[in-house]
Amino acid sequence: MTRKLILTLLLLSVGANAWAKLEIEIVRGNKSAIPIAVVPFAWASSVPQPATGTAGIISDDLYRSGLFDPLAEADMVARPQGPTDIRYGDWKLLKTDYLVIGSVEDGSNGDYRFVYQLYDVNTQEQLLSRVLPVRPGDLRYGAHRIADDVYERIIGVPGAFATRIAYVAATGVGNELQFELVVADADGFNPQSIVSSPEPLMSPTWSPDGQNLAYVSFEKGNSAIWMQNVFTGGRRQISAYRGINGAPAFSPDGGKLAMALSRSGNPEIVVHDLNTGRFQQLTQHWAIDTEPAFSPDGRWIYFTSDRAGKPQIYKIGISGGQVQRVTFEGDYNARVTIAPDGKRLAMAHGNGNQYRIAILDSERNRLTVLSDGRLDESPSFAPNGSMILYASREGGRGVLSAVSADGSVRQRLVLSEGDVREPAWSPVIR
Amino acid sequence: MKSASRLLLTALLAITLAACANQKKEPVEVDTPPVQDRTDTPEVVTQALDANDYANSENFDNPDSMLYRGRRVIYFDFDQSTVRSEFRPVLRANGEYLAAHSGAKVTLEGHADERGSREYNLGLGERRGNAVRQILLSHGASANQIEVVSYGEERPTCRESSESCWSQNRRVEIVFNSTN
Repeated sequence: MTRKLILTLLLLSVGANAWAKLEIEIVRGNKSAIPIAVVPFAWASSVPQPATGTAGIISDDLYRSGLFDPLAEADMVARPQGPTDIRYGDWKLLKTDYLVIGSVEDGSNGDYRFVYQLYDVNTQEQLLSRVLPVRPGDLRYGAHRIADDVYERIIGVPGAFATRIAYVAATGVGNELQFELVVADADGFNPQSIVSSPEPLMSPTWSPDGQNLAYVSFEKGNSAIWMQNVFTGGRRQISAYRGINGAPAFSPDGGKLAMALSRSGNPEIVVHDLNTGRFQQLTQHWAIDTEPAFSPDGRWIYFTSDRAGKPQIYKIGISGGQVQRVTFEGDYNARVTIAPDGKRLAMAHGNGNQYRIAILDSERNRLTVLSDGRLDESPSFAPNGSMILYASREGGRGVLSAVSADGSVRQRLVLSEGDVREPAWSPVIR
Repeated sequence: MKSASRLLLTALLAITLAACANQKKEPVEVDTPPVQDRTDTPEVVTQALDANDYANSENFDNPDSMLYRGRRVIYFDFDQSTVRSEFRPVLRANGEYLAAHSGAKVTLEGHADERGSREYNLGLGERRGNAVRQILLSHGASANQIEVVSYGEERPTCRESSESCWSQNRRVEIVFNSTN
């Protein structure tokens, strides 16, 4: 279940209109998307129905994945409420492959219950029939959970809709510049500022349990790494050495935080044990070594280094040892992130003046460019590896974009105002 | 004596009368010279400010000096941290100032343009700050007078995606925290 995020306005209050929702727009669709109909859920609760439309949220989620083509509500010839109401012929005529129906009922202790089913229109087989208890404030979350369920049953991979994203937003210019660390639902709804500062905020990253965010804050004049519980707002300073304290990244078990520290004179990869408090320096080179990322098996740390002249991706064992170069294609490769399968690496890939998101298949050693912007950066995989969220620039300001991992579907998430950057997709929080 | 003075007096009277008679004939043009302006001639003894005196904080406000506060931004080429020769005189001036004022302290704020990754740019901004630091040290500044802070690409002065804008953002700003 989700917990309410507690707002911690640390330094300044937030303008009320600064956090209007992110607008999502599919830039490029997928022709082979699966036709599905999510019938509006029957409202069977004694409590008046809130404006949140469950079926609409599920349809939007499935659409955003790029793998589904949901039927518009206006085109539905029937609105079956239960299994016996379904006339499969109607849905076959509409060329719908799958059908979702459901209702919202009163649960215990003031909770709701989502009761829903998924059918294969062609085989008339019931694929899912579930009951999901949901707290009154969590109706959107409940809808995302159903979308995850449907996605997993049809695609065979867990969905990533009931997740969150964190990002940094900057509003204002000059002395009015204000930085916010924002946590929102994966569809951009419910954005909440959890840190607000007139000094830069950077590099948010989720702990594997989805409870904490580590980030960089300049609130004390120099960069420092903080770790904050997103539910309680409690936080602690992890690193505030002389020089750069940057690029935090959690180990897969959550016990360590890798980072870039320049306390020795130039940025090196350092691993901090969150339990013992020990700092272990992994790299030793005059170059800039930064942006560490753990492999999902926890055995390697990938990082950016310009030791060969320009930034490229390298890796080193978690206990140190030989540094191995990973990328060779392109002038500039940085900010690597590794897919949950451990095989695909997404990065900011620069050639000349163009920076795009590229994915390196480490088994086939093939690099594919996925985005088409001029200054695309900060890729972050969805926890199921299906999509990559990244930052791009459009009309002189930062927006967030998402691309399916195969590059077939791209979408844009636009905040109503301000510069949005450095998205980080949360793990699945269950 | 008495007779002599009387004689002189009589003579003077005669001249005056003659003059009066003259005045009546043709009036003299009265010349009125301007009152001398006394404010521009206070004889305060000063030497001209030596623009090359890099120990003198008055040169912070002297646009002719390399120590001028308006020159405290050092610009860099793309992905470079080498200080261009045009900025060396400014760094010499500031380095010598620091050498002459052991209590003076500066922060070197390193910045990068928006291209490339943010954390790498944090490293690049620091590298630029360190390059400036080395030059200040070479002119006699002490390590404890200089702090380097990198902001990477987080605090641009210009927000357009063009080279003219990027070149303004690739910089190190010398910020005096104390001038003593």
